[in-house]
Amino acid sequence: MTKVNRRQALALGAGALASAASVVPAQAANDAAELIRKFTGSKAATEGKVKLDLPEIAENGNTVPMTVSVESPMSEQSYVTEVLVVGDGNPNGGLTRFHFSPLSGAAEANTRIRLAATQNITAVAKMNDGAFYTASKQVKVTIGGCGG
Amino acid sequence: MATAIKPRIKLDKKEAKKGDIVEVKALVQHVMETGQRKDAQGQTIPRKILNKFACTVAGKQVFAADFEPAISANPYIQFKFRATESGPVVLTWTDDDGSTIVGEETITVP
Repeated sequence: MTKVNRRQALALGAGALASAASVVPAQAANDAAELIRKFTGSKAATEGKVKLDLPEIAENGNTVPMTVSVESPMSEQSYVTEVLVVGDGNPNGGLTRFHFSPLSGAAEANTRIRLAATQNITAVAKMNDGAFYTASKQVKVTIGGCGG
Repeated sequence: MATAIKPRIKLDKKEAKKGDIVEVKALVQHVMETGQRKDAQGQTIPRKILNKFACTVAGKQVFAADFEPAISANPYIQFKFRATESGPVVLTWTDDDGSTIVGEETITVP
């Protein structure tokens, strides 16, 4: 029989912790995916063009600065009409929705959001020609921001 | 009560050439109660948030946003618009109860 020495025991423990941690963000129980489906009308969104600026680690989930920008000339011919932002770890999936027009000049907005737990944030941009672009980012949250 | 709230609005330039991009930063005081929290008696505190934001320049909408309970208390918003004509820059926040908070600045396009 093989004896588990101290070093191996520690490695086992760390492995178990790591696998436990990776399971946590997978619990997408809210309506985030549903919201995206409604927004795009089940059309596939292409990765790219959208830039989601969020901290990797948010110490305080109560106020997390978020910047969303979309690459677009914002002219009468080609512009971003709407951007939907959802998170899969909040009680409600929807975070915010921005409405742009050619008068916006730049498809860029910044606000501060609440995050209940570590989760993936997804932004989906709708162009005036009906195309959709998307970007996602995971934010690790130390203290959740939804109170109890 | 609600009328006493005065939003803080800042334009990065008061005067812009035609076609210039102007950046707007705005902060308004509001609890943005999520409707998820419970008080000491275990009663759910009812939701009370600003659910809509819109900005018009010289009467034309340049930017709008729908807010969910996931927007932080004292919501901050930053966005841009393209200067085309002089006029008032009006920012309006709409509360769940239908009341509005309005702030105004002016942009001059010589």
